[in-house]
Amino acid sequence: MDQIFVHAKQWLLSFLGHAPDWLVQVASGLINIAALLAVFLTLFAAISVLERKILGRMQNRYGPNRVGPFGLLQPVADGIKMLIKEDIVPVRADKTVHFLAPVLIAAAAILALGVIPYGRNMTPFAIDGGILFFFAVGSTNELAVFMAGWASNNKFSMLGAMRAIAQMFSYELPLIITVLPVVMIVGSLAPDTIVLAQGGYLFGFIPQWFVFTPWGAAAFILFFVSGLVESNRTPFDVPEGESEIVAGHMTEYSGFKYATFFMAEYIGMFAVSGLAVTMFLGGWHAPFRVLEIIPSYIWFFGKLSILLFIYIWVRGTLPRTRIDQMMNVAWKFMLPMSFTCIIAAAVWHYAGRGLFGWLWSFAVVAVVYLALSMLLGTRKKFAPRQYRFAE
Amino acid sequence: MNAVAFVVIAIFALSAALAAATLGKLMHAALMFAVALVGVAALFFLLGAEFVGLVLVFVYVGAVAVLIVFTILLTRRDLDVDRGFNWTGVIVAILVFVGLSVAIFKTPFLASATPQTTMITVRQIGEALMTNYVWPLQCVGVLLTAALIGALVLVMEEKR
Repeated sequence: MDQIFVHAKQWLLSFLGHAPDWLVQVASGLINIAALLAVFLTLFAAISVLERKILGRMQNRYGPNRVGPFGLLQPVADGIKMLIKEDIVPVRADKTVHFLAPVLIAAAAILALGVIPYGRNMTPFAIDGGILFFFAVGSTNELAVFMAGWASNNKFSMLGAMRAIAQMFSYELPLIITVLPVVMIVGSLAPDTIVLAQGGYLFGFIPQWFVFTPWGAAAFILFFVSGLVESNRTPFDVPEGESEIVAGHMTEYSGFKYATFFMAEYIGMFAVSGLAVTMFLGGWHAPFRVLEIIPSYIWFFGKLSILLFIYIWVRGTLPRTRIDQMMNVAWKFMLPMSFTCIIAAAVWHYAGRGLFGWLWSFAVVAVVYLALSMLLGTRKKFAPRQYRFAE
Repeated sequence: MNAVAFVVIAIFALSAALAAATLGKLMHAALMFAVALVGVAALFFLLGAEFVGLVLVFVYVGAVAVLIVFTILLTRRDLDVDRGFNWTGVIVAILVFVGLSVAIFKTPFLASATPQTTMITVRQIGEALMTNYVWPLQCVGVLLTAALIGALVLVMEEKR
């Protein structure tokens, strides 16, 4: 059961018979791409309706319930609507760049999915510097957002793009630096090796996932929050704050181009959660030895859906932050904390990776956390809030 | 196979670079510059230097290109003015090209000595950076930190 998809691919490739080597390679790549697109576009359709359902549940309302049973066919209706909508391009827009921006952003988002191990032997493109590839591809996102904002020739678009790039740049630092301790401990940039390093059980029942070490837990939280910002999700959706600047860099897009942006945002969210699962939550490893009968890909997608649920949960709970609050947190708190994770990981490693290492590295993280929260204590700087226009 | 790939990538990178040098709108030129860098990264991939190619995309397309685009946007007000052909640029480009060619021809060719290209892993690069090249690495670190602090000082509000 575990290797069913791998065997299926081998079986498909066996039809090629004695074809030359490069043809087999190309065919194998194409099968991987087709599988990736099929799985993640379906997941996108599913999550778009599930998110609205869950948000509805959290806000005491029904959510979509008109199309099909329980509103489950809503994505089909949405897709048809988006496809037959008129595609409007502003006269003063830069037509080529305006067209290329959604293409680039979707391509980058989908490429990033390619290096994540979805199960045992199920990495679509296993390259040596997989983690680096993920971030290299992800960094083209900023250029795409800028292209969208600039080519629209609209002040709201431009402002939105500026905000988006500012926040993406600031949070890319903690995002990448929190990955470093994992890379240091494993000694490899390949996602497969990182997952393999998290196999096995401590004392026979505690899985050796990095999230169960102090540095790993801190780095996971920092990574998750930075991922939230990178995918422009709600507490940090300043770039497209619809109450201030219409829809940010997407203001001048309509129809399927808008849907492409939307899709890229969700696929970016899947990619960053997938990487979080790979780096900290043990990838496709089962939490208990008994449960290893259940195939590895089910574990991966189970963990992925838990993270996605937290994304939706956060969106349903928290209000939008201000841009200066976000920047302050990024540079004054997240950045020092992520450097601390590196030091804590080194301490853990040199103290023998045992109980003592655990305690020492916990001490490092805790001391820095407390010192930072005392240094940054904003409470004393502000007088009690006075309401000028209310009361 | 490799030769065909090389020709295709070289034509792609060169035409993008040419477009970056000749396009009328400054913003288009900056974007084409990013495309040319992707072409150069592809060349590195072809040579088996995966890490260098990825870092090139990461740093140049992800950061430097965005920086250029930002600076153009924040400083120039006459973006759409076509200012004709720039001869000083040509002179500077020729000088840089001559300098690079001299430097390249003076170095002994490693490729002709060892024709087989081995894939250099990230681990090897990391070990080289931490042993043989630790001083240059530290110097770059200090330089970047200084740049970061300098940028902070520039934008700091003056406290009364």
